[in-house]
Amino acid sequence: MFDTALNANDLIFLAKGAGMTLVVTAISVFFGTVLGIVFGVFRYQVGPWWAAPLTFVLDVFRSIPLLIQLVLANAFVTTVLGIRISGFTVACGVLSLYTAAYCAEIVRGGIESVPLTLRRAARSLGLSWRQDMTNIVMPLATRVALPSWIGLALGVMKDSALVYIVQVVELLKSTQILITRLQEPLFLLMVCGAFYFLISFPIARFGGYLEKRWSHD
Amino acid sequence: MIEIQNVRKSFGSLEVLKGIDLTVAKGEVLTIIGGSGSGKSTLLTCINGLEPIDSGKILVDGTEVHAKATDLNKLRQKIGIVFQQWNAFPHLTVLENVMLAPRKVLGIPKARAEEIAVKQLTHVGLADKLGVYPTRMSGGQQQRMAIARALAMSPDYMLFDEVTSALDPQLVGEVLDTLRMLASEGMTMICVTHEMKFAREVSDRVAFFHKGVMAEIAPPAELFGAPKDPELQKFLAATH
Amino acid sequence: MFNYNFRWNQALNSLPQMLEGALVTIEIALLSMLIGIAVAILLTVFRLSGNRILSAIATTWVEIARNTPALFQIYMVHFGLGGFGIHLSPFLSLLIGIAFNNAGYLAENFRGALKAIPDTQARAARSLGMSAGKAFRHVVMPQMLRISFLPMTNQMVWAILMTSLGAVVAMNTDLYGVTSELNARTFRTFELFAIAAVIFYVITKAITLSARVLAARLFRY
Repeated sequence: MFDTALNANDLIFLAKGAGMTLVVTAISVFFGTVLGIVFGVFRYQVGPWWAAPLTFVLDVFRSIPLLIQLVLANAFVTTVLGIRISGFTVACGVLSLYTAAYCAEIVRGGIESVPLTLRRAARSLGLSWRQDMTNIVMPLATRVALPSWIGLALGVMKDSALVYIVQVVELLKSTQILITRLQEPLFLLMVCGAFYFLISFPIARFGGYLEKRWSHD
Repeated sequence: MIEIQNVRKSFGSLEVLKGIDLTVAKGEVLTIIGGSGSGKSTLLTCINGLEPIDSGKILVDGTEVHAKATDLNKLRQKIGIVFQQWNAFPHLTVLENVMLAPRKVLGIPKARAEEIAVKQLTHVGLADKLGVYPTRMSGGQQQRMAIARALAMSPDYMLFDEVTSALDPQLVGEVLDTLRMLASEGMTMICVTHEMKFAREVSDRVAFFHKGVMAEIAPPAELFGAPKDPELQKFLAATH
Repeated sequence: MFNYNFRWNQALNSLPQMLEGALVTIEIALLSMLIGIAVAILLTVFRLSGNRILSAIATTWVEIARNTPALFQIYMVHFGLGGFGIHLSPFLSLLIGIAFNNAGYLAENFRGALKAIPDTQARAARSLGMSAGKAFRHVVMPQMLRISFLPMTNQMVWAILMTSLGAVVAMNTDLYGVTSELNARTFRTFELFAIAAVIFYVITKAITLSARVLAARLFRY
């Protein structure tokens, strides 16, 4: 069907790239979410005034290109601190913090969406702050936050394409390497694009479905 | 003259207009009363072509509203309609709201359009609100602006769809006064309303709609004084 | 601890060049937004038209733009078209790539904004005799743009950040590209990119703040 010079080794090469994309995404989303929840709850509890330094730092992560964040982090650790570290670690570290910055906002928004009256009712029944958080706030906040979080996770997968700059060979870079060798840009790019699309589109649609369902309750 | 001939309309499986025959002469004021779901508002939106009909004909000055060849945009210049929700354009001032259609539909130059708008706004008593944004006015004021907006197009016919139903009681009076004024100036009007007193005073004829049928139509003295239709009798008893 | 000699002076000498690069960055972002908004309005009209083919085109554009990396889109424009024999300059590839991405996200924002406008607005406009086109242009679209103002601002910030992706098409006149070239010559990676980061931060903050001021001025109601 497709007259291509692509052979089995090339496909394996691409598959490895895809695998790398997924691994980097998964690790970053996991740590980023955990950190994001911590930061988000902290910012909510402590109030805008005290949380200002944290807010500022998180805001910086969203105001500088990810590419530069990766280059800077890499340069800082390897040349300034002189520590030998793999590009993979830098990539995961930076992406995790980047994810955490966005996630903190989502978490904070989720918590704030829970009406205070509900929480007062819970505390009046004798529930402790922690019980209130776990049994009342988190479930409700999650409903509000989940669609946005899904969007964030998909965004991280798309942004993972940038980690090539710290020598991590993910899918897009693998595709580019093959293009240089095989000179079939269009076909290879279609395959690459299809991978992202086929993962992102259904999950995004699902997120939209959840949003609709939960907004009617 | 507006002629409605054997008009039928359904929404899905629900038939809301079951063969309406009605003629409204130039200069006449017709009020339509009836319970909710009787089809009165639907009839109005059919007259200006916003809603299609399933069978029958509606003719405005001889032009068939739902014929394929009819230029609805042109037809709507002749028919002004004011809805229960005034639908003020929130991004424009009161003056701009009223000037918009004359300028963009009729192509009237800005200065002249402004003159017309000011005239109509003064007519309805809003001369001091020209530069205000509608959201800052009361419902009654916004409704009067909607009336001025429709009048600015110099229509031959004005349709009013329960224009006071969404207003706080104390604001109803100012809008009804505006309608009374228009009637006395000879405008051809069809008003769907719950305001019985108003209907009695202002109309040339009153029509009673019940479940998609025009059950009775007569001058107000007759209709309110000696109602023939049993449903109408029940309706009047309940609303007095 | 630091076995590193910070050479800030050397890096700061390059500041004028970097600022020139910043101007190019802003230029690209601005152009890509103007194109993006225009296309997004067009796509919105396609979706509203009821025409199945036009609707499908709009949906395809939006879904591709939102479900694939921006980097991929820029790649596609530069190398994909290259496969057809169309060779664009790095500037154009970057611009078109970002504009494509912008159009997709903005069209989706517009769709959400339209949901917030009751369709009685369009009805009222049509009842005054306006054609569907005039009703959209004068009554619906202005409200849609106002509601979308904040998302559009965010998209502008994204556009600025996305210009750094010009790296893959050897773009060397924007802020990132300039910094990259300077780095290749002097190897002062940390200092140079740190300064670039600060410049980016200032630009994005300036945009968000001026947007807030603009909104207060424009949307007095």
